Amino acid sequence: MDALVETSRKTEIAAGVRASLAAGLGMYPIGVAFGLLVVQAGLPWWVAPALSIACFAGSLELLLIGMIVAVTPLATVALTAFLVNFRHVFYAFTFPLHVVRNRFARAYSVYTLVDEAYAVTAANPRGWTSWRLVSMQAAFQFYWVGGGLTGVLLGSMLPARIEGLEFALCALFVTLTLDACRSRDGVPSLLLAALSFSIAVVVAPHAALFVGLLLFIATLVARYFLVRWRDA
Amino acid sequence: MLDLKYLAAVLATVFVINLALRAVPFAILQPLRKSRFVNTMATWMPVGIVVILAASTFRSVSGDVKHLVYAAMGVAITVAAHLLGGRRTLLSVGAGTLAYVLLVNAL
Repeated sequence: MDALVETSRKTEIAAGVRASLAAGLGMYPIGVAFGLLVVQAGLPWWVAPALSIACFAGSLELLLIGMIVAVTPLATVALTAFLVNFRHVFYAFTFPLHVVRNRFARAYSVYTLVDEAYAVTAANPRGWTSWRLVSMQAAFQFYWVGGGLTGVLLGSMLPARIEGLEFALCALFVTLTLDACRSRDGVPSLLLAALSFSIAVVVAPHAALFVGLLLFIATLVARYFLVRWRDA
Repeated sequence: MLDLKYLAAVLATVFVINLALRAVPFAILQPLRKSRFVNTMATWMPVGIVVILAASTFRSVSGDVKHLVYAAMGVAITVAAHLLGGRRTLLSVGAGTLAYVLLVNAL
């Protein structure tokens, strides 16, 4: 009986790792870029793994490098973290957390609920077991932290700082914008956001991100009530 | 010089917010699922948030006129690569960043 449990555990872990491979192929290079940017920003190498452990969320970690260097106020850091990762709220709807019974494994599964883990389970909703799910998530964290460490190693071997590498973050958000706005439904939000940020740059040039994000949320709330009032 | 107390405060802040955003919804799943407000926000928010982040990071790489021109060219190349190259994020980000780095260092 124990031997049977042992084999099924091994198969499940193998299945979890296999499920992680395709997305991991995209995660690792971004992790390398993240580690490289940490070194380029003049931060100590351990900031890369420290960030990846404190908050396992790629795009936010990339943003935090610049924010830490600029000693951005904690309120801005908090608001940015909240809004950038707000999408995670909806992952609970379908993520198969119910298969994980062990308390610690459950906590780990929630803590490592990254976009990639959600996406893989959303694409294949059936057949998840505790070992398969948690080993997939652990594999993702391994790729990401490993990528970051590779990046800091690479960065420390470079003879000089490469000026302009920080553009990668801007380019990443440009591609994310293109992916998020593939139909005309996205246009009103896009315009409201552009307007909000433009106003913020003029009225609060040193806190444009904070003010811009708040203004944008305010315009969305107004839009929500306007649409409800019109439809009522 | 990096202020360790500040760094620790940043790490603690993002740890708590990130974990809460992932954990709390499992506890209040039903009301969340039914909320029209939350669901509408979910469809409206992402594109606006990412465009604000794109604009904000663009601002930080375009400090003067010279950098502004290079950054604009970098964005144009990123967009072109993304739309023509089949939306392969790594390829698009790589092409745009390479262009910006070359422009900044060569000219």
